[in-house]
Amino acid sequence: MTGLVVRDLRYAYPDGRRALDGVDLTVAPGERVAVLGPNGAGKTTLVLHLNGTLTAESGTIAVGGVTVGKATLRDVRRRVGLVFQDPDDQLFMPTVYDDVAFGPANLGLRHDALTARVEAALAAVGLPGVGERAPHHLSLGQKRRAAVATVLAMEPELLVLDEPTANLDPAARRELATVLTTLDLTTLVVTHDLPYALELCPRSVILAGGRVVADGPTAELLADADLLAAHRLELPFGFDPTLRRR
Amino acid sequence: MAGGHAHAGGLHHAGDTAVHRLPAEAKVLATVATVLAVVATPRDALWAFAAHAAVLVAVVAATRLPPGAVVRRMRIEIPFLAFAVLLPIVGRGPRVDVAGLALSQEGLWAGWNIAAKGTLGVLAAIVLSSSTPVAELLRGVERLRVPRVLVAIAGFMVRYLDVIVGEAERMRIARVARGDDPRWLWQARATAATGGTLFVRAYERGERVHLAMLARGYDGSMPEVHHHHAPARASLLAAVVPALHLAVAVTAHLL
Repeated sequence: MTGLVVRDLRYAYPDGRRALDGVDLTVAPGERVAVLGPNGAGKTTLVLHLNGTLTAESGTIAVGGVTVGKATLRDVRRRVGLVFQDPDDQLFMPTVYDDVAFGPANLGLRHDALTARVEAALAAVGLPGVGERAPHHLSLGQKRRAAVATVLAMEPELLVLDEPTANLDPAARRELATVLTTLDLTTLVVTHDLPYALELCPRSVILAGGRVVADGPTAELLADADLLAAHRLELPFGFDPTLRRR
Repeated sequence: MAGGHAHAGGLHHAGDTAVHRLPAEAKVLATVATVLAVVATPRDALWAFAAHAAVLVAVVAATRLPPGAVVRRMRIEIPFLAFAVLLPIVGRGPRVDVAGLALSQEGLWAGWNIAAKGTLGVLAAIVLSSSTPVAELLRGVERLRVPRVLVAIAGFMVRYLDVIVGEAERMRIARVARGDDPRWLWQARATAATGGTLFVRAYERGERVHLAMLARGYDGSMPEVHHHHAPARASLLAAVVPALHLAVAVTAHLL
């Protein structure tokens, strides 16, 4: 069984502008893949298709063998955990506990099973014991990890993060990376933060003009200066991807 | 990002007194009952108001609230007191002479009525909000069977007040940084535009929050996430306070 299969996905915005123009992408279970692309490449649009928030004109998406569609929406939303870019959008309840419990409670969990699920999710992101805190008392890095916990509590098969490093300071970036590498989940990291892609994801795809234009080992893609330049992707000053060895 | 904590501690005054430990729902009911008892007290039973005040001051002391903070928070009442002061001046009916001013007798009683009952009510509300964290207060009213969707709306308000105030503050700083210094009404254009932008941003955030809710299986009804119910015995203590107030009100009626 495969983790994620996207076949020939096409979507146009209501104003007729083409956002996705035949996206093909296969992600194996347990794999971590970065989806790279400049702003406006269709990354967030692709993300919103993965759990059926947006409905494609044509093409199919399957998560863990379940095809995304109206009839499977509930099931798909349990299987796909989306972490949105702004944690203030994702953490909407008065306390962190309530927020992490929101998803599993919607799945029907109650009492001790619910509490156990919430505590496990908070521990997994390195935030044990912050349940009673209000989200606006957390630092941005803590908020981002709490947002990851809110979807982990639903025990998803596929974790999708939209620009996870936006506005994070270096220490918070590292803490988030540590959490994501220990989770051992099929993960899609949507970003234009190329060093982060290299750190987290052995494989990357480049999304440009609504389609996947490159797919390969992250280190190889980042070493291809012409390919990056053709798609408005740039490495930070002084960063050499070939020097990096684990 | 890390800023905007102006309301953080907000109304709650952390502590570990018997009042703090009471279940939130018991405190909500006790507060409502106290206010009703105070309102039901006849306005000419002056001794009864002294008794009400004594009970509430005792509760404030038991909650170990700093008196200065309580007085500062009572300032919220000032607009209502201003109205109460106006009544004896504009009131009709027989006049009495107070310090050289001919004041309406009926107006004096009406003003006293508003001032006394308002002050006692505000005091009761301050005890409730100071001794109960907001999240606990929301859970309390949820346990009192207030529809979960109403509790959720109140919760969203609490959650996003800080976010929106922070956003407004950043926009104000950006305006002032570019030389905006509104002093007069006709200079309010930029401020008004900020208000409009803020509304649109808040609206868009609402849509994104809704998306995030749908992504986690929201189907139109808020799920129950707390299942803890306090034992009835714990709430009994909270009933003592409104019982005292009720006794005062009833006695005042009988005398």
